Amino acid sequence: MTFFNSDNERLAREVISRYPRARSAAIPLLHLAQEQEGWVTPAAMVQIAELTGSTPAEVLGTASFYEMFKFHPVGKYVVNVCTNVSCQLLGGEELLEHAEASLGVRAGGTSQDGLFTLEDVECVAACTEAPCFTVNYRYFHRATTGSFDEVVADIRAGRSPIHHGAAGDDGELPEHGTLGRVRQHIPDDRRAGVEAPEDVVGAPLWLAADRAGEG
Amino acid sequence: MGSSYVPHAAGYVDNGGPKLVTSRFGYEDSHTLARFEATGGYVGLKAALAKRPADVHGEVREATLLGRGGAGFPAGVKWGFCPEGVWPRYLVVNGDESEPGTYKDRLLMERDPHQLIEGSLIACYALGLSQCFLYVRGEMALAQERIATALNEAYAAGYVGREILGSDFSVDIVLHWGAGAYIVGEETALIESLEGNRGMPRLKPPYFPAAIGLYGKPTIVNNVETLANLPWILEHGAAAYRRYGSESSPGTRMFAVSGHVKRPGVYEVEQGVTTFRDLFYGEDFCQGIREGHELKMFIPGGGSAPWFFEEHLDVPLEAADVGAAGSMLGSGAIIVMDDSTDAVKACHRLVRFFARESCGKCSPCREGTGWEEKILQRILDGHGRPSDIDLLLDVGDNISPGPYPVAAHTAEGLEVVPFPPRQTTICPLGPSSVAPIVSTIRRFRHEFEAKITRGDTIPVSAAPVTAGGAGS
Ligand SMILES: Cc1cc2nc3c(=O)[nH]c(=O)nc-3n(C[C@H](O)[C@H](O)[C@H](O)COP(=O)(O)O)c2cc1C
Ligand code: SF4
Ligand code: FES
Repeated sequence: MTFFNSDNERLAREVISRYPRARSAAIPLLHLAQEQEGWVTPAAMVQIAELTGSTPAEVLGTASFYEMFKFHPVGKYVVNVCTNVSCQLLGGEELLEHAEASLGVRAGGTSQDGLFTLEDVECVAACTEAPCFTVNYRYFHRATTGSFDEVVADIRAGRSPIHHGAAGDDGELPEHGTLGRVRQHIPDDRRAGVEAPEDVVGAPLWLAADRAGEG
Repeated sequence: MGSSYVPHAAGYVDNGGPKLVTSRFGYEDSHTLARFEATGGYVGLKAALAKRPADVHGEVREATLLGRGGAGFPAGVKWGFCPEGVWPRYLVVNGDESEPGTYKDRLLMERDPHQLIEGSLIACYALGLSQCFLYVRGEMALAQERIATALNEAYAAGYVGREILGSDFSVDIVLHWGAGAYIVGEETALIESLEGNRGMPRLKPPYFPAAIGLYGKPTIVNNVETLANLPWILEHGAAAYRRYGSESSPGTRMFAVSGHVKRPGVYEVEQGVTTFRDLFYGEDFCQGIREGHELKMFIPGGGSAPWFFEEHLDVPLEAADVGAAGSMLGSGAIIVMDDSTDAVKACHRLVRFFARESCGKCSPCREGTGWEEKILQRILDGHGRPSDIDLLLDVGDNISPGPYPVAAHTAEGLEVVPFPPRQTTICPLGPSSVAPIVSTIRRFRHEFEAKITRGDTIPVSAAPVTAGGAGS
């Protein structure tokens, strides 16, 4: 069954080759599927099962444990407002209420134009910069209702809300599904190499040599 | 317009103290290989490679580097738990940072990814770990991007991969990221997740994955900040490291101070010699509580920690002292609440977190956290019953039996119960949900009662509420 386009299928095989067991690539491949389609489709899970030597039910079993995987289409922009305690203390809940009113959806819902999905989320590790929200997992710190509206207005107008791009961050806001945009690539001539755990006998070279020296 | 977006991790405040892990945070390009190499990067790795692996381990043991992920276990001791003669061994870097209030590992990954890579390499060299998996929290897109870039640079420059720096030391570091689940931060759940499964903690024993971990093989799991300390230790030596901090907690720690202080931020602080009072009121630190307000309570070590009050301000930032006082330093997350805070509401929010994040593997936690949340919700909604306060404590007692760790309340003649709590559960998540409940009821019972009295006008339902969570 083919779900991945040819580039992504090649990438999927490269990712799998980094792990001693293919199944370890399940979560990375689910992310890749979500990057291609915006959500995790049944066809994606069938192909991931084939690629990782498991069943589609096992892939769904794994995937459904994790909040970031969506099993139905969501907005192009997933807006996460943190309401955990550090943010709550400084207005996180009020920010969420404002977001609901401003986007016209309840937390958990998607706006009618399919642009935004709003979520009420747990701590996103920006607690000193409360209250905060993220859009497609890009952070907006020390938010106000005003700054929230500016970000939404920018997105609606087709402008990136990220004006202060730094090195490694080119100022683009990718659509939902894309996380880190730089991919790890291990050149063949630099690879230490991956072995199945059951095939490994003895200590690695640098340790074995050291121990031989001891005796 | 939209200027609130912060591409560099904001929040770090330079307090003029020693910088063992934040030394590059002042540079815009702190995440690049060029900056890293220009500022002593990979010097610690070279120092390690010049030593025998066992001596590198010895150096770390002597430094008494305490784990920064929450439990504070000495890294050098944990490293010694790998059974002899069982290969391969793996390293899993825990970058899943999700404990409420915690913000430091994201900074370390976004701002100085090479430092983390260098620290991971040092651990691999010392213990003969032949592959390293760097598990970053799924939501941290910029950290993933920066680490991927750094790894690509480091492979090309010969720092990672085959025959590192021309030696016979070879190790691959694989960047991996999660997909949203707090419990995956627990080390055995992290390993399950890395094996491609639902992230549920494993039954103990074995107590450390160093015995049986990834693919059933010896596995060292260390926190990002723990590993980030290794380059400094190898470059300067354990003796130099021990000159910072206190005897039992040497070095520095990163503390995220959030909530109602004038200058919230992430501070690198010498352990043991600084107190909570210094941190909250010091000019170089948080500069006091918000204008016009006073301190009501604070959480010293993340959402899982029992709460502290005014009388604990002079406790030093030192794991042993905080533990003896009835809480934990945990993940370096300090949440400060002033007198405007509704204790019941804050308690409910944390309990809701644990109820949402319970993995469901064991019933005291799966059922108990759900009941705790429901009971607190009805108290907040004005439907609380007079018996609810004891019911909350009773549900908590089913998850964590016996006296729950709690700070002393000298005014009420209550004595301290030291950390950690007992548990009927597989992992400490369930018992953590009891911390806000016991902390607030013990100190602010009247706030609960005030909300419940108001609820008395609402007829109590005919269904009897019995201890243990029946009825609704
Ligand atoms: C519910 C739960 C969540 C945890 N979350 C994290 C986490 O996000 N990051 C982390 O480093 N350790 C976390 N830990 C602690 C890990 O289990 C483990 O002790 C730690 O990663 C070991 O590293 P260290 O010895 O370097 O501190 C968590 C523990 C529990 C019980
Ligand atoms: S205590 Fe809770 S989170 Fe931990 S294993 Fe049990 S159900 Fe899962
Ligand atoms: S509580 Fe909102 S980011 Fe931590």
